[in-house]
Amino acid sequence: MALEVVTDDIPAARRNAGKLIIGLGSLLLVAAFAMQILYKSGATPLGYDTWRVVLYAYVVWGAALGIGQVLMRGEAGWRALFILPAVLFTVAMVIFPTLFGFYIAMTDWNLSSFSGRKFNGLDNFWQMLADPYYRNALVNMIYYVLAVLVEYVVAFGLALLLNAQIRARKFFRVVFLLPLMLSPVAVSWMIGKSLMEYRFGPAAKLARWLGWDTPAFFATPEIARLSIMFLDAWTFIPFMMIMLLAGLQALPKDVMEAAHVDGATPWQAFWGVTFPLMLPVSITAVILRIIFKLKLADIVINVTSGGPGGATDTVTSFIFREYRDRSNVGYGTMLAMVYLILIIIFITLLLKFVSRWTRDVN
Amino acid sequence: MSTEVISSGMIGESAVTPGMKARFLGSRALIYGALLLWAFICLFPLYWTVTTSFKQAVNVTQGHLIPWVDFQPDWKGWRSLGLSPDTIGTTSTVRDEFVKRFTNSVITSVCASLLAIVIGSLAAYGLTRFKYRFAWMRNDDISFFFLSQLILPPVVLALPFLVLYKELNLLDSRIGLILLYALMVLPIVIWIMRDQFKSIPIELEEAALVDGLSVWGAFFQIVLPIALPGMVAAFVLSLVLCWNEYFFAALLTSTDAKTLPVMVASQTGSQGINWWSMAALSTAAIAPLVIIGVVLERYIIQGMTAGAVK
Repeated sequence: MALEVVTDDIPAARRNAGKLIIGLGSLLLVAAFAMQILYKSGATPLGYDTWRVVLYAYVVWGAALGIGQVLMRGEAGWRALFILPAVLFTVAMVIFPTLFGFYIAMTDWNLSSFSGRKFNGLDNFWQMLADPYYRNALVNMIYYVLAVLVEYVVAFGLALLLNAQIRARKFFRVVFLLPLMLSPVAVSWMIGKSLMEYRFGPAAKLARWLGWDTPAFFATPEIARLSIMFLDAWTFIPFMMIMLLAGLQALPKDVMEAAHVDGATPWQAFWGVTFPLMLPVSITAVILRIIFKLKLADIVINVTSGGPGGATDTVTSFIFREYRDRSNVGYGTMLAMVYLILIIIFITLLLKFVSRWTRDVN
Repeated sequence: MSTEVISSGMIGESAVTPGMKARFLGSRALIYGALLLWAFICLFPLYWTVTTSFKQAVNVTQGHLIPWVDFQPDWKGWRSLGLSPDTIGTTSTVRDEFVKRFTNSVITSVCASLLAIVIGSLAAYGLTRFKYRFAWMRNDDISFFFLSQLILPPVVLALPFLVLYKELNLLDSRIGLILLYALMVLPIVIWIMRDQFKSIPIELEEAALVDGLSVWGAFFQIVLPIALPGMVAAFVLSLVLCWNEYFFAALLTSTDAKTLPVMVASQTGSQGINWWSMAALSTAAIAPLVIIGVVLERYIIQGMTAGAVK
């Protein structure tokens, strides 16, 4: 689906004007950049203390590029204008910082020391390989990701409940959605630090009443990790639930009725009809949830700070503390970059695995 | 749990014998029991937080739950924030601080969402309607390029941005946060808006082009009004994500641009926990979102389910 291609006859003069504008814009950008480099290295007195002028030059260059496109390519240029802002924005905000990050990752750079940055090649990488805390955080991420499966089961159950013929469906839907609206920081305090408080939190009281004498939710490694999983699940189950509910509501009614007419028990109907039909939606929901799970940090930072003994640490919260407590920018960035590469490999494999798996169903 | 759910609708139509009726009632009870249990799980933390903001120390430590029965509500928590009826007229440094953080949160999340909506909608429209070719990249590759940003964990960008913003003098500035937040929600906006534009028949624009409108004219006059509900959905979802963002704000802001989540987080550590004031602060921090969640629930659900179901 696309509108047909239009080609305009652009006069040579207009085309040249376009080229000129783009050229001037590029020149300005390069000039601003060169000026700042020379100024910062002390070669010339001409320049500014901050690099902001380069940012402005980039914006001007982007505008020139847009105008140039229209002048040079007419209709096709107007069409390119739709996508140009997003591309330029993303390149400036993601590609450039990421490349810059790879450079930082190869430096010995501690913001709190006066020696400044030193290029040290792969030293950070070797240090990382020997770092038990980073490995521990990675292992924790595996546990956290596996918890998604449990969340999925609960979310599916809730979606089925909401899809049943019930009264006050809208009320329940709004209430079930609420946890997703809340900021993880507020949740950390509301539940993690207050409800689950050892002495008088209602959750601890409930646990005592149920027969657990020492309901310390964040004292032992396994239980602390489980508590964090619960907290995170509480906020994010609605996310999967809503997607699954939409999937359930889009199921063809006649297939469900046919199963019923054929005498299938509800249990058989679920596993034979509903679940297979829901597989594509389920996979989308689970993968999106895993992607969000891999970013888990806020709750850990605010409730346990990774403790006890790193049992609840996620990669993000570990790097956060590496920076905040030790100002170790170079090493922290190396950890982050390795994490990025691991995630990309993991998600790619996951998508490959899943696409092969869903093809039989469809 | 799940079996009863499926059966419920179907048995309802053919319930005749007493046995079936009993089973029907039983499954009803189970369904509503489960619904109410989960509703309790969702709501109790909210209830606890709101009531705690009206408690005195002794009520907190004794775990009193029900106002007027267990304990006498008191404005203590709100007074410490300077937001109780008797302190609202007086000057309060805590309230000034709170209002400042609140304003920061509003400005950053609204501006970031608007920015993301504008450039995201344009890109999504272009990607659904025109054929692009940039080097080896076709439309699908460009779409993937945008959507793959979703995978990028914030921590990868955090430290480079810390350094870059320092050089650009954008550290601890609202503009710096706005740019980052817009980047964070851009893939989601493009995802939702692509779905939205795909559902609009292309014949509308073809007719508009025949009538002499340019592509931009057709976009603004014909397509945009139709796509407005989708834009609202994307906007609300972005707003929620930006409002709750903590990680970047904690790293990149200090005094001027600090947002509400950072303020909430910073209170927990110092001088033991001040239960009532923390509860009041948390309540104030989540209240806008609870209101948005209740009022605009339809749009949030529309945004989250975009593209999930074909």
